[in-house]
Amino acid sequence: MAQITLRNLAHSYYPNPQTDRDYALKEMDHVWQDGGAYALLGSSGCGKTTLLNIISGLLKPSHGRVLFGDTDVTEQPTAARNIAQVFQFPVVYDTMSVRDNLAFPLRNRGMDAAYIKARVDQIAAMIGMEDMLARKAQGLTADAKQKISLGRGMVREDVNAILFDEPLTVIDPHMKWELRTQLKRLHREFGHTMIYVTHDQTEALTFADRVVVMYEGRVVQMGTPEELFEKPGHTFVGYFIGSPGMNFLPAQVQGRRALLAGGAAVELGGDYGAVSGQVQIGIRPEHATLVADGGLPFDVTRVEDVGRHRLVRGSVLGQPLNVVIPEGMAIDGLPRVAFAPDRVNVYADDWRVAPAAEEAA
Amino acid sequence: MEKTWNNKAWFLVLPVLVVVAFSAVIPLMTVVNYAFNDTFGNNQFFWAGLEWFDEMVHSERLHEALGRQVLFSAIILAIEVPLGIFVALNMPKKGFWSSLVLVLMALPLLIPFNVVGTIWQIFGRVDIGLLGGALAALGVDYNYTSDPLDAWVTVIVMDVWHWTSLVALLCYAGLQSIPQAYYQAARIDQASRWAVFRHIELPKMKGVLLIAVLLRFMDSFMIYTEPFVVTGGGPGNSTTFLSIDLVKMAVGQFDLGPAAAFSLMYFVVIMLVSWVFYTVMSNMDRAGSDIPEEL
Repeated sequence: MAQITLRNLAHSYYPNPQTDRDYALKEMDHVWQDGGAYALLGSSGCGKTTLLNIISGLLKPSHGRVLFGDTDVTEQPTAARNIAQVFQFPVVYDTMSVRDNLAFPLRNRGMDAAYIKARVDQIAAMIGMEDMLARKAQGLTADAKQKISLGRGMVREDVNAILFDEPLTVIDPHMKWELRTQLKRLHREFGHTMIYVTHDQTEALTFADRVVVMYEGRVVQMGTPEELFEKPGHTFVGYFIGSPGMNFLPAQVQGRRALLAGGAAVELGGDYGAVSGQVQIGIRPEHATLVADGGLPFDVTRVEDVGRHRLVRGSVLGQPLNVVIPEGMAIDGLPRVAFAPDRVNVYADDWRVAPAAEEAA
Repeated sequence: MEKTWNNKAWFLVLPVLVVVAFSAVIPLMTVVNYAFNDTFGNNQFFWAGLEWFDEMVHSERLHEALGRQVLFSAIILAIEVPLGIFVALNMPKKGFWSSLVLVLMALPLLIPFNVVGTIWQIFGRVDIGLLGGALAALGVDYNYTSDPLDAWVTVIVMDVWHWTSLVALLCYAGLQSIPQAYYQAARIDQASRWAVFRHIELPKMKGVLLIAVLLRFMDSFMIYTEPFVVTGGGPGNSTTFLSIDLVKMAVGQFDLGPAAAFSLMYFVVIMLVSWVFYTVMSNMDRAGSDIPEEL
């Protein structure tokens, strides 16, 4: 087990990268704590798998170093890193039995037979395949095969980290919950560093202590689920986390006030001074309320019932805006929308700007 | 729907029947005819029953040729299959070099058999051949026309040169179908090179490998042209394989009855072996999919 440090890490699949666009992974500097449960979240093609493969050594980064603890492992092959990785699609050794599949990583390390048997039985119980151990892996369902892959990933106790690359894609929803809970329990029990790649925010937010959001080859924010929700570091995080995503309105910010198009003013939770660049304010649909007077004029286009609450879609000063209201609340007679000042975030060129008080702290 | 019955439709099958009759049935029946009769020319036949078969089954000459044939097939299979796998494992997987290597590998397969024989016949000659000359210059006592061992080595090396590509190309196709994720998983699981071969590559190559073995067995068991051009079956009878012996008997000595009986038995043996192979292969396929895959 080890802390993973990415030092000035970047990767390009081209031999001579020129512009930023040639990089699948833009330069990053991060420390992943030993024993942390991380989720790597982002849309398809944002570099999640590239980053994962660099950590496991399946891919050699074109720039920068990877450290496990204090050891530089950049040049080390995968086998020397003692790391486990579970892939998106099941990889099982067809000709082996389920038992041999699970035992394979241990046998390769030359563990003794009694230990292997005990450990395999333990893992089999965890993935619920005790009664299938003697069967050949060939011909099992995709579900079962992926459980074997997961089991093989977890069978070594001394791995530096366990990496999951969207491992539950092929598992059916009921089993997904169960396996995720198992993973979570395993994490609490053994304290392995776990990195879990996904594009599903629910999966990320329920699994991880810290969520790493990637966008176009860049880590745009690394934080707790709460931080991602309350203070998205980048407009992408605002869009991506939450359902629906954050509302953004173009504005000019001066001190504690934001001026929207048409001169309407929104009060802010802190002093931002003068913000330059392309400025937007961001507000979660959960933090906007419909009011009878005050606030901004709001034109409702549609109301959707989404279970525990209702979602009101509309526009404010020509910009689309979503508001979440409690179930059963009437919207008649509430033609305006107001924002909680300390929940309004300010963005310049897509990056969050911290107010003066927060910066000082 | 009302079906129209029209027996004229049978005429449409006629061309096929004619072609098959002239290309297969009639020649084969002629052989059968020769095998059960004796003839002294003039198209006069005398019933001989199983006499020729009896003679051939107990023929020392045929036993020796069969022994040489089995040994030859066994040796070339033992060399070409592992060598083919080894070459396939080391071929470049993509890019310019992979295309180039594929073309180079295919070359020996495209050369007509008698040309292959001629190439090696000249290549191995001590007086003008590059190989023979070089060996002589190095002081190796090599002469395929007088030494049976040298003749065998030459014929075997020639066959390996000619046909290893086939095994390699088939295995290469099998290897190319393995998804990259398997190799990655093996690296994660810290598998040794041997374990990767044993548990990932070999199982995926199994199907094509069986086809390669079947093809190489049949072809080598029927081999005629190349050794005939190089050694003519000699020195003595040391490289006289079944086909060469058969042709000598039928065309050289004009013993049509025994030769016909011989070729029928030969035919049956090859059919039997191929059938066994086929059965084993399809059984293995079935064993592989006994549990239906649910996806």
